[in-house]
Amino acid sequence: MSIKLTIMDLMQQIAREHGKTLAPLRDDLVLLDSGLDSLGFAVLVARLEDMLGIDPFTAAEDAMFPLTLGDFVKVYESAQQRAVA
Amino acid sequence: MKVRSNAPSLRGRIADAVPERFFLDRAARLGVDHLVRGTSFAGRLAELAGRSTVVATSSQLTTALALIELDGVVRRLTILPPDTAADHLSALIACAEADAVVIDEGTPSQPAFDLPARVVCAPAIVQAEQLSLPQLPTEWVLLTSGTSGVPKMAVHSLASLIAPIGAGRLDGAVVWGTFYDIRRYGGLQIFLRAIVGGASLVLSCAGEPIADHLARLGRCGVTHLSGTPSHWRRALMSPEIGKISPRYVRLSGEIADQAILDSLRAAFPDAAIGHAYASTEAGVAFEVDDGRAGFPADFLDYGRDGVELKLVEGALRIRSPRTAERYLGTQHAPLRDGDGFVDTGDMVELRGDRYVFAGRRGGIINVGGLKIHPEEIEAVINRHPQVRMSLVRPKQSPVTGAIVIADVVLKTDCARAGGEQQQIKNDILQLCRDALPRYKVPAAISIVPALDVGATGKLARRYG
Repeated sequence: MSIKLTIMDLMQQIAREHGKTLAPLRDDLVLLDSGLDSLGFAVLVARLEDMLGIDPFTAAEDAMFPLTLGDFVKVYESAQQRAVA
Repeated sequence: MKVRSNAPSLRGRIADAVPERFFLDRAARLGVDHLVRGTSFAGRLAELAGRSTVVATSSQLTTALALIELDGVVRRLTILPPDTAADHLSALIACAEADAVVIDEGTPSQPAFDLPARVVCAPAIVQAEQLSLPQLPTEWVLLTSGTSGVPKMAVHSLASLIAPIGAGRLDGAVVWGTFYDIRRYGGLQIFLRAIVGGASLVLSCAGEPIADHLARLGRCGVTHLSGTPSHWRRALMSPEIGKISPRYVRLSGEIADQAILDSLRAAFPDAAIGHAYASTEAGVAFEVDDGRAGFPADFLDYGRDGVELKLVEGALRIRSPRTAERYLGTQHAPLRDGDGFVDTGDMVELRGDRYVFAGRRGGIINVGGLKIHPEEIEAVINRHPQVRMSLVRPKQSPVTGAIVIADVVLKTDCARAGGEQQQIKNDILQLCRDALPRYKVPAAISIVPALDVGATGKLARRYG
């Protein structure tokens, strides 16, 4: 499964667990408008680390604050490319 | 009573308010000068005189109005934070020996509020003659953000609460904003800074999206803005962050790491950025304005602004005129030690010329300002029939702040196939979701072969 699909799948799962309703997941969706709150994102980042073995936010020299879902997916895609390289 | 009877009350401190000063939330904008010759209590303030009064207002704006009118009039002022559990109300009201309550139109009806005096505070100011009520040194009682059970009640005075605030008025028109709720220590500091410093104040409403709050802060020209590192991380993820350009950015309530300080510096290149170390019990101990995490080591050697720091077994203790005086009730250990120091429970480590924070003694985890005892979560996980033992620990993330992770050791006779492990993880999470509030449910479960057990026979917990 692609990273993008993994992320979208997990977001649906976490939204269900937390009793939240997700907005339609598109690349330009602003994360804060997605329906997940900050705790939901914390859970998402932790689950992704568990599944993919990477946490690009902790590994980064400078903290990144992705605004949209597309930004968020890119952070993981480039982190995984670095891990493979 | 320690307060000098001639110290001005909060109302006295707004006596020279100019018409441009305002308090504002989503619903209303009120001129502070109107309160000088007006009231929000519809002529019923006198019913509260000399009483131990619980402030149970639902909005921050009515809370602000009530606090200004009540200080110096009531004997004791107990402020209920918005998330106070309904089943703690009776115990809190009994402990405060309260005989009066202030509510607003949004306060839910509760049997516990059936007290001899119950007065409504309106989100509006009506012109009225000022009553000449006897002036009292009001006790201010703040609730700690407890881990579980009934919160502790810390007794402050107006003098201890405003002691951290510099005497001089700030230059130019100042508009304070806060991501905190003013019914907790961190937010109350900002409310008091606005009053003492002659500033305006922008408040948020319950459940308001951060984008709306930021847009309003931008429209009101906020110059000074305060929140926890978690609040700021969230704000930095909102496109509306571009609508504000504060001159002063303040962090407190959680430990500020270098990543969030650097991110705020990048977002607000011209702002002064400071992080304060404060708690309900210890008050504001110090403020750091050099943009670096931790605090200079010489803070421990030289008392600054009347605040003394010392380390006892790696934990920070604080003595100052800004600390609370005591806890209400008799069931707690004294708030100050024999020498008058408050034990913060925060562990610090020396790295070069700085002390950095290394987590809480006893492994208490701070998630977005809410404290969690790992043992409580471990007890739930250990109920799962296939769990041998578990360790709940914090994980720091520059983006999300602390989160809770559980390391779990399974019983040896359990199947270890990947699919079955995933099923066990899901079962454990479901167990946690059924038994615990959402913020205590681990963000991830990791199955590990073993956990360290120290010489004391206890699980080895690392700080941080």
